[in-house]
Amino acid sequence: MASEPEVPANHDENRRTFLKQSSLLTALAFVPGTVVEAAAGKLDERVAEAFEQVPLSLKVNGVRHKLKVEPRTTLLDLLRENLNLTGTKKGCDYGQCGACTVHVDGQRVNSCLSFAVMHDGKEITTIEGLADGDKLHPMQEAFVKHDGFQCGYCTPGQIMSAVACVREGHAGSEGEIREYMSGNICRCGAYTNIVAAIQEVKDGGKKV
Amino acid sequence: MKPLSKQIGTGMNRVDGRLKVTGAATYSAEYELPGITYAVLVGSTIAKGRLASIDTKDAERAPGVLAVITHLNAPKAPGTKPEGKDPSQPQTVGSALQVLVDDKIRFNDQPIAVVVADTLERARFAAGLVKAQYAKEAHQTNLEANRPNAFLPTQAKKNPKSPVADYQRGQADAYKTGALKLEAEYVIPTEVHHPMELQAITAHWEAPDRLTLYDKTQGTMATRRDFAKQWGLPEENVKVIATFVGGAFGNALHSWPHESAAIIAAKVVNRPVKLMLTREQMFTMVGYRPHTWQKIGMSATPDGKITAITHEAVGQTSTYEEFTESTLGQTRMMYEAPNLTTRYRLVALDIGSPIWMRGPGEATGAFALESAMDEMAHLLNLDPLEFRLRNYTEQDPERNRPWSTKFLKECYKAGADRIGWSKRQLKPGALREGDWLIGYGMGVGTFGAHRGSSKANAQLLPNGTVLLQSAVTDIGPGTGTAMTQIAADTLGLEPGKIRFEWGNSTFAQAPTQGGSAIVNSVGPAVQEACLALKDKLRELAATGNSAFAAARKEDVAFADGYLTLNGNPTARANYVDLVRQAGGTAVAVDSKPGPDGQKYSMYSFSVHFAEVRVHQLTGEVRVSKLVSCADAGTIINEKTAGNQMKGGAVGGIGMALMEHALIDDRFGRYVTKDLADYHVPVHADAPAVEVFFVNQPDPHVNALGTKGIGEIATIGVAPAIANAVFNATGKRVRELPITPDKLI
Repeated sequence: MASEPEVPANHDENRRTFLKQSSLLTALAFVPGTVVEAAAGKLDERVAEAFEQVPLSLKVNGVRHKLKVEPRTTLLDLLRENLNLTGTKKGCDYGQCGACTVHVDGQRVNSCLSFAVMHDGKEITTIEGLADGDKLHPMQEAFVKHDGFQCGYCTPGQIMSAVACVREGHAGSEGEIREYMSGNICRCGAYTNIVAAIQEVKDGGKKV
Repeated sequence: MKPLSKQIGTGMNRVDGRLKVTGAATYSAEYELPGITYAVLVGSTIAKGRLASIDTKDAERAPGVLAVITHLNAPKAPGTKPEGKDPSQPQTVGSALQVLVDDKIRFNDQPIAVVVADTLERARFAAGLVKAQYAKEAHQTNLEANRPNAFLPTQAKKNPKSPVADYQRGQADAYKTGALKLEAEYVIPTEVHHPMELQAITAHWEAPDRLTLYDKTQGTMATRRDFAKQWGLPEENVKVIATFVGGAFGNALHSWPHESAAIIAAKVVNRPVKLMLTREQMFTMVGYRPHTWQKIGMSATPDGKITAITHEAVGQTSTYEEFTESTLGQTRMMYEAPNLTTRYRLVALDIGSPIWMRGPGEATGAFALESAMDEMAHLLNLDPLEFRLRNYTEQDPERNRPWSTKFLKECYKAGADRIGWSKRQLKPGALREGDWLIGYGMGVGTFGAHRGSSKANAQLLPNGTVLLQSAVTDIGPGTGTAMTQIAADTLGLEPGKIRFEWGNSTFAQAPTQGGSAIVNSVGPAVQEACLALKDKLRELAATGNSAFAAARKEDVAFADGYLTLNGNPTARANYVDLVRQAGGTAVAVDSKPGPDGQKYSMYSFSVHFAEVRVHQLTGEVRVSKLVSCADAGTIINEKTAGNQMKGGAVGGIGMALMEHALIDDRFGRYVTKDLADYHVPVHADAPAVEVFFVNQPDPHVNALGTKGIGEIATIGVAPAIANAVFNATGKRVRELPITPDKLI
C-alpha cells in the first residue's frame, strides 16, 4: 500500500478508477463461480488485488497522501499500520473508549468507527500534527503540567478530544467538561488532572 | 534519614511527558519492523472438551495469508508444558498455558488457531474462515454452584505458614459466642483490568535461536525467563522490550496464551509478527480479579472492642493453574482482635486463569472487612471512625512485632477534616437535598511495603551526563521520573543531566512492576549506584589533586557538577574533567533488602472517605466527593504520587458501582464483551479526588524511606462507597457492584 505524500489528488480520476473497479466487483458478484474457481486455482491473490484496492486521497497533518486502500480498512488502522502514525491509539475498535480520537475537518471523531475510504478528500489531524514544530500545543503543555495521564495510552485521544471540547464551547465548567469528555476513558483514572488541564487552557484564553 | 534534596518531594514533570502528549511514546504494537506481518487468534466456542476437527483450507486460500497454525502443524517448543505450571511454584514463574499443542479445550475462547497474513484486514478475514468441530464436555463456570467443591490451595497444604493457609489466634470461631455479634456474606463479581492498551506483542526471531519480543509486560525479566524456558533457549538469547506499557493494573504480571501463539507464528512465517488482542479477548485470556465469596463473623463488647473475627473466602481459579491472593491478610493485622480465624479456599472452574488486579486480594478482602466494621459500628451505635480508633493496633497482632512505621491515625484525622466527617449522621437516611440522599463512609486499606533485590547500572559520560539503566517497566506510575529525581539528588545534578532508561531485559535486573514495590526496590538500587559513582569521582579527584587526596570522605561535597572540599574553598574539581581524564566511568550495584524486615512489620496504610448522593427514586449513586489519605513513607514526586492515588480511587469507584464481568453459565462464555457492557468509570463518574500524604519516611524499608502507593490507592475505596451508600439510604449492599436495582 504505497503512500505518496505531497501529490495533489485527482478526484475525478480516482472516481473513474473506483467505478471501473466497482464494475469488476459487481461482475464478480454476479458470477460467484468465477471467484471460487479463481480462488481454487490460486488466482485469488490477483483477483483480490484487482478489486480490493480503492484509491483514496487524504490530507493528514497537512501532508497530502494518495493511497490505495482496501474498503474495509478503518481510518484508525490506516493511520497506524499504513502511515505509521501510531500516536492515535486502538483501545476497543467499537468507538467506546475514545483512544482513537482524531479531528476530521476539525470535528473530533472516533477513527475506529469509520472506514478510511469514507474520508476521501478530507483533512485529518492526529496528535502528531497538533504541536507547532517543537512548540507544544497549549493543551499538550497543560497535560504535562497537570500530569493529565499516567500510562499515556489514552492521552492522544484525550488531548484531541479536549482541544475539540474547548473549540466547541463545551468547557464552560468542570461539570460540562466531565460530560463532554466522557467518551474518552482513562483507566489509570487521571480524570481529576485532565479536567484541571482543560480548565486551565480554557481559562487561559489562548487560541486552541 | 537526612533530607535528601531539591528534587525528591517536588512535583517535577514526567521525564517522558513530552513523548506521551505528542504520540511519540512507542507501545508494543507500534514498532516498525521490516516485513512485519499480522496475526489474529481464533478462539474456541466451547468451554470444555476436545477439538474434534479443524478445517483451515478456506483460511489458507484467502488473500494475503501466510500461515494458519493449529495444534496439528505448530512447531513444538522444547519446554512446552500444556498443563501449565507447577502450582507450588511462585505465581509469576513459569508460563501459564502453552497453546496450539493439543486438542484439549480448557476455557471458552481459548486460542485454537492463529492466522498470519500480510495485513491486519486479511488476517482478520481469514480467521473468520477457520471452522472447528468439538467433542463437548460438561463445563463448570459458576462459583456459587461449585462452592461445596472448594479446596485448600496446594501451597497452603505444603506450607502451614503460607499467607493462604488457615490462620488462628485465640479461640476458633469465637465470635459465635460473643455478646454482640454479626455474621454476613459479601460477594465481589469477576472484574477485568481492561487497561486502555489492548494486550499486544510483536515477536521477532532474529535468528533461529534468538528471539526479540516487544511486549506488553510488567516484567521484562519475567517474560524473558518464561519464553526462554518455553523454547529451551539461554535467557540472554531472548530480549524483551517494554519501554511503554499502556496500563496493566496486574494483567501483564503473567505470560499469556497470545504471547505463546505470536512466538509460534513468528517462527512459522520467519518474519516479525504483530498480535493485538481485541477488547473481547481481553475478558477471556489475560486474567481478571476473581469472583470471590466471603463471610465475616465478628463480635464486640458493648463499649466497642472487637473480641473475635472469623473471615472466610472462596476465590475462583482455573482448572490448569492455582491462582491465590492475599484476600484475608488485612483482617489478620488491621484491628485488635484476640480471637481471629481466617480460612481461604479455591474453586477451579473452566475459565481462563485469574491474575492479581490492582490492590489484588487485599482490595477484595477489605470490601468485606471494612463493610463489616461499618456494620458493627452501626450495631454499636458508634461513629465508624471512633470504632476503628478503639481497635487500633499499635503493633502487628499477627506477627507480634512492631510496625516499621504507622501513621494511620494522622490519615484518619486529615481525611475526616477534608471530607467534613462532622456532617455525618449516625442514623442512616438523615441527610438529603431534594430527591438526593447524602451519606458518608470510610474504608481502610493496607499493603505490605515490599522490597525486592534490584540491580542498577550507572555511567558518568564524558559530556557530564549520567546514564542509568534498569530492566524495570513503567506501566504508568512515573517510575522513570522518580528514578531521575533520586539520581539527581544523590549526585547533586540537575535532573536534565540524568538519563534513566528502562523497560529492556538487557538492562540491569529489576523486579517485575507490581505489588507497589518498585520505588522501594529499584529506588535504593539507583541511589546506591549514584553513591558508587560518587566514590569513583572521589577516587578520580584524589589521583590528580593533593587536597582531595588528603581529604576525609565526608568533607567532599557534590553539587552542580563539581566536587568541593569543606573548609578549602580553592579545592574544586569538575565532574566532566574527571570523567574525560578517566575516559568515562561506570558502576554496577546489587541492592538487597536489609535485615529490618525480620524485626518489623512493614506496611503502607490508607484511608478513603466518600461522600455519596443517592437518588431516592432511581437508585442512581453519584460519588460527589472522595478523599484519599496515605501513609506511604517518603513521597518522591507529589505530582505523580498524587495522580496514582487519584487513579486508584477512580478504580475503586468502578469496583463499587459498575464493574461486573458476567458469564452465561449455559455456554460458559462472557456476555459482557466490550466496554459498553462492562462499565468502567468515565469522566462524568469521577469527582475531583483530594489526596493527602503523611509523607513521613520509613527508615526500615530502605534509605529513601518509601513504602509504596499503587495498591493502597484502591484498597478500601469500594467499602468506603458502600458504607456511604448505607449511611445515605439505610440499605446495606453486600454484593458488588452497587447498581440501582439493588437500591430501589
